[in-house]
Amino acid sequence: MSVDAKTKIARRAAREIQAGQVINLGIGIPTLIPSFLPPDLPLTMHSENGIVGAGTISAPGKADRNLIDAGGTYITVVPGASFCDSALSFSLVRGGRLDVSFLGALEVSQQGDLANWIIPGKFAPGIGGAMELAQKARRLIITTTHATRKGEPKILRSCTLPLTARACVDLIITELAVISVQPDGLVLEEIAAETELEIVLQLTEAPLVVGAALKRF
Amino acid sequence: MIDKTISAQQAIAPVTDGQSVMVGGFGVPGTPFLLIEALLAKGVSELTLIKNEANEAGLGVSKLIEAGRVRRLITSHLGLNATVIGLMNSGAIGVEFFPQGILAEKIRAGGAGLLAIVSDIGIDTILRNDKQLLRCGDRDGIVEPALRADIALVHAAKADRAGNLVYEKSARNFNPLMATAADLVIAEAEQVVEIGELAPDEIHTPGAFVDRVVAIEELLPAYGVLHHHVR
Repeated sequence: MSVDAKTKIARRAAREIQAGQVINLGIGIPTLIPSFLPPDLPLTMHSENGIVGAGTISAPGKADRNLIDAGGTYITVVPGASFCDSALSFSLVRGGRLDVSFLGALEVSQQGDLANWIIPGKFAPGIGGAMELAQKARRLIITTTHATRKGEPKILRSCTLPLTARACVDLIITELAVISVQPDGLVLEEIAAETELEIVLQLTEAPLVVGAALKRF
Repeated sequence: MIDKTISAQQAIAPVTDGQSVMVGGFGVPGTPFLLIEALLAKGVSELTLIKNEANEAGLGVSKLIEAGRVRRLITSHLGLNATVIGLMNSGAIGVEFFPQGILAEKIRAGGAGLLAIVSDIGIDTILRNDKQLLRCGDRDGIVEPALRADIALVHAAKADRAGNLVYEKSARNFNPLMATAADLVIAEAEQVVEIGELAPDEIHTPGAFVDRVVAIEELLPAYGVLHHHVR
């Protein structure tokens, strides 16, 4: 995936975050989101390894051996941050205190099912926090390339891979489109400035209802 | 006065082949590298290892696994350790994965003297296969048995001689949970102080849960910053 595609996705995803929210950023594209947030936006970043109030990536030479995020990157914390154990960290997720979770995807279905943790026989690093984040965040936003490297659709009628959680996705943000999951299917809300509607439809297996006020982003 | 301080070698002495060992830490922070080295040196094998992840190749518990000392691994995610994933795929070790917070709750329940927890995490996934299900009101839950171990190895920033423990920053993670959930709880600490020097309100794990305290005389390089994770 090109840097431009990742950047475009992260920049658009940043606009979904509102002041005061508690958010969790998954590995990959979601970790790029903070650089597109207004610096003064008050929010609480949760990290699975027991941080409520994560800050930015550590400045060069300032890495603290006891302070990493869930992906292993050395980070800082913001004023007002707290540390907790792994049980309390996931109480925040499962208990409904996490406003938005951003995760990557292998497949998303038109019902909002998500598959992102295993490709049987090929890729099975474990579940980590994915199931709890997907199933219990108040809002789940998927940031992903629109299609696989081979050009095959990732947004499908139904998932073929083992699920992470059923009917959990609220919004899908790709380099080509912003798609919301509604009770009766997927709605194309926005398309990228650089693309055409036909291309988006071609690269999406699931049926898309084109939104009444289709916007460019 | 109570004094639980002991050398790493003596602390590890009771561990025998085939036992289950919980190891604290999430990545480098909170991983008890000194106790892991002592366990490696003792040479026990056929262990069941319980840890959030398997550190990274050549580091921490990965050394135990690479040395063939671990028969079974109960964990959450191995994404940063391709070596252990390879050993899993070749069948050299058995691996059981749990959602991270569910693994934490299973250990918490074990420490709290409970039999099991019930949750709906993974209820619509292959995780429900071969699991006991329980109807709770109008929802189905998966019954996850509590998890205890013979031995727990934990890392603290500070301990007193009675085993009261204080963790630092993201090095807390699974340590306080595991410190409640084993028959023999061994804590290593970067600083060991006299009883009374820790304020009661700052103690994360009461000493009554901890059997042995090992002072870390000098931090091994493993405790340091992993430069490939510095961005």
